[in-house]
Amino acid sequence: MIRFAELYNRLDSTTKTNEKIAAMVAYYAAADSADAAWATYFLSGNKLRRLVPTKLLRQWAAEEAGIPDWLFDESYHAVGDLAETLAMVVPPGKMEADLSLATWVEELLPIRELDEDKQRDAILDIWRKTPISIGPTNAASMRFVVMKLITGAFRVGVSKRLVTRAIAKQCGLSPDVISHRLMGNWEPTSKFYETLIDPDGPDASASQPYPFCLAHPIDLEAGPEPLGDSTEYFAEWKWDGIRGQLIRREGQTFIWSRGEELMENRWPEIESAAENIPDGCVLDGEILASLPDGEVLPFAQLQRRIARKKVGKKLLSEVPVVFRAFDLLEHEGADIRSETLESRRSKLESLLGEITHPNLRICDLVAGDSWDAWATIRETSRAKNAEGLMLKRKDGLYDVGRVRGTWWKWKIAPHTIDAVLIYAQKGHGKRASLFTDYTFALWDGDTLVPIAKAYSGLDDKEIRKVDQFVRKNTNDTFGPVRSVTPELVMEIAFEGLQRSTRHKSGIATRFPRIVRWRHDKQAKDANQLSDLLDLLPPD
Amino acid sequence: MPAFHQILETTPRGLYCPAGDFYVDPHYPVDRAVVTHAHTDHARWGCKRYLAAARSEHLLRMRMNDDAEFQFLDYGEAITIGGVRVSFHPAGHMLGSAQVRLELAGKVAVVGGDYKLGTDSTCHPWEPVPCHLFVTETTFGLPVYRWEPQQQTIDAINDWWRVERDAGKCCVLYGYAVGKSQRLIAGLDPSLGTIYTHGAVEKGNEAYRKTGVELPETTFVGSVDRKQDWSGSIVVAVPSAHHTPWMRKFGNVSTAMASGWMAVRGARRRRSVDRGFVMSDHVDWPTLLEAVELCDPEIVWATHGYSSVVARYLQEQGRNAEVIDSRSRADSESDETDSAGNEEDPE
Ligand SMILES: [Zn+2]
Repeated sequence: MIRFAELYNRLDSTTKTNEKIAAMVAYYAAADSADAAWATYFLSGNKLRRLVPTKLLRQWAAEEAGIPDWLFDESYHAVGDLAETLAMVVPPGKMEADLSLATWVEELLPIRELDEDKQRDAILDIWRKTPISIGPTNAASMRFVVMKLITGAFRVGVSKRLVTRAIAKQCGLSPDVISHRLMGNWEPTSKFYETLIDPDGPDASASQPYPFCLAHPIDLEAGPEPLGDSTEYFAEWKWDGIRGQLIRREGQTFIWSRGEELMENRWPEIESAAENIPDGCVLDGEILASLPDGEVLPFAQLQRRIARKKVGKKLLSEVPVVFRAFDLLEHEGADIRSETLESRRSKLESLLGEITHPNLRICDLVAGDSWDAWATIRETSRAKNAEGLMLKRKDGLYDVGRVRGTWWKWKIAPHTIDAVLIYAQKGHGKRASLFTDYTFALWDGDTLVPIAKAYSGLDDKEIRKVDQFVRKNTNDTFGPVRSVTPELVMEIAFEGLQRSTRHKSGIATRFPRIVRWRHDKQAKDANQLSDLLDLLPPD
Repeated sequence: MPAFHQILETTPRGLYCPAGDFYVDPHYPVDRAVVTHAHTDHARWGCKRYLAAARSEHLLRMRMNDDAEFQFLDYGEAITIGGVRVSFHPAGHMLGSAQVRLELAGKVAVVGGDYKLGTDSTCHPWEPVPCHLFVTETTFGLPVYRWEPQQQTIDAINDWWRVERDAGKCCVLYGYAVGKSQRLIAGLDPSLGTIYTHGAVEKGNEAYRKTGVELPETTFVGSVDRKQDWSGSIVVAVPSAHHTPWMRKFGNVSTAMASGWMAVRGARRRRSVDRGFVMSDHVDWPTLLEAVELCDPEIVWATHGYSSVVARYLQEQGRNAEVIDSRSRADSESDETDSAGNEEDPE
């Protein structure tokens, strides 16, 4: 476990990709396959379900530390992270043996099933056998990692792609192979890890998806000209739905989200449409709320479907969905990702040409003979409930993000508005002691009406400046929220807007973020609420 | 406690001794200041007369106004001012740091200043001074702050230097210019390479050496040729040098910060240094409680940082404890920003 904790510290203390990969490679080189499997499980973002209620952990930690509950709370407030507080507040224990990661997890998992007294014994035992920090790392390490696992909050700053690269580098297989084998559901066992790195390993199971090809954004200022000749590209609408992979193998249908979640029984009309597809096909596309005539509905409609685990009849008829396929990855049982888009597209057209189904359609190409022509068409995106255009190289392979430049997303500029900061709240985790969560408002006559909460968009220096401003200009406090003098104006961008009865402003904003701090503006120069209402799509 | 009123009271200018007509660590220039140690948030510039522990002489003269009048006392030596017996006792915080003991009519008040109980080869170790009133700092007065033995941290720092040296990098270690930096330098292993210093740190080194504290050989960065190859060496610098153009000349660097705040992951990350070493010159939670037990005062006055937390905890433990507003509101605000990782870290 010390090695895993050290890996955590190394990953946590660098932002450099090469150093992160080196740290993981070193870990994998030394770990047995049981540990490697669990490490892969945690590094790729999986968590244990919470083992013990947080309330109890806090209570036991305070008891073990001999401090009252309020003092635990004060400590938590200062540290900003529960697992870290649990690790630091309890006096250090004595480590007798350094158990492996897999052994730790095996000991942790049964704790969930114990009754409360036994759980308490088990947790106290963990504190008593873990020091706060170990040797030269001089940081809350092993105990901290264990507490992260127990609270179900383990997270470390590596992407799954980076983990894939590290494993590939360590075992000498191609990242594509590792990446494919890591898709979908798997159990973190030593057997799994051995298969994962086996050069002669078996191919995928029936449900296993391919890694998704991702698009890069086109710089809105520069436009698409730097991409070269427009005739080398296909254009499609960029729809605002849920990216999905539709798999048809062995008479079964599997639909995966980009987050690698197997979406079962969520889209029954697509599943039934998929029965028309022959075995050995994998389609990439977008799930959209769409009327039978093909008109795409706003994302807000699709959201009603997303919110439900099981879909009722009423909702099915009110919000029908369609799978708009734009790529074919597997055809007649063969992986065709290394063929050009042009070739894959023609296979997709002939495949779907034979099927006419309202819930499974091909994503049409947008005709255009120049960048300018497409630029004009792109301007009509909002009316079609699209986010812009996708530009894809005709000769591009289905690439998993290693080479930049096969797929580009050319989004329309987001809505922006200048709003006034009125409330601030402290952040979480690494920003727990700074005011980083802001509420912005617009003028409605001479009152300011809150319209959006935004967390991101400022750099560290600006955050510190806002933090100081908040401390000096607090007029009122409601629990953790500070009401501040309305002075700071920031430009806020949204991906979308919709009417809402739950919001005081009458509008719900989607993905609000701070574009920049408008030092040039005073509160009175901020936008009116009516300006925002004007941006609403027509009903 | 009317008995203490003649010895010590809190005023907007800081702790004041009415019987002796002097301030202890005043916040503003005053006529007569009794000073616990040479950090600028305790030794305020611009006073007419300073009284301090003898071992802080070189540091104080370096930092204070020339026209001031200085008087120094050895640890344990006492003088009487307005009937108040005044003496200095080691605080273990940095070279020359002291607790100020004030005695009047059988009542004893001790102003602890900044202090720590751990090992530090660059200054005299803290000594408990039994008293009726104990003024304690509470900078790290939360149970999450718990320092490891100094040697463990020193070893970790030297290990870091060795590894980065072997990777061809130059190490830059940040610590407060006076006190922390010299404690760090005293622990560095000079066999690993050359130890360079930022100007403010080198000035501190001079004062330490003049006082008789032995430090490994150091070289002021500004004294060497620009085309110097810095790889393999270590530079001890003030935290405010981080991310400044001054840093560029060192080439490929690995940066580290040594501070008590580094105990918390969030603070380490906000600093955006490669390594955070937990090393503080203030009391941690267990030693703060230990110090109070050893001095066993009738009343504790808590100041700086988590004063209300410590006072409440001590009250619940059956002690008489109060928060004193020894700092103005603006100051306490900047303290909070310090814990958030800003530059003016008075450590
Ligand atoms: Zn100090």
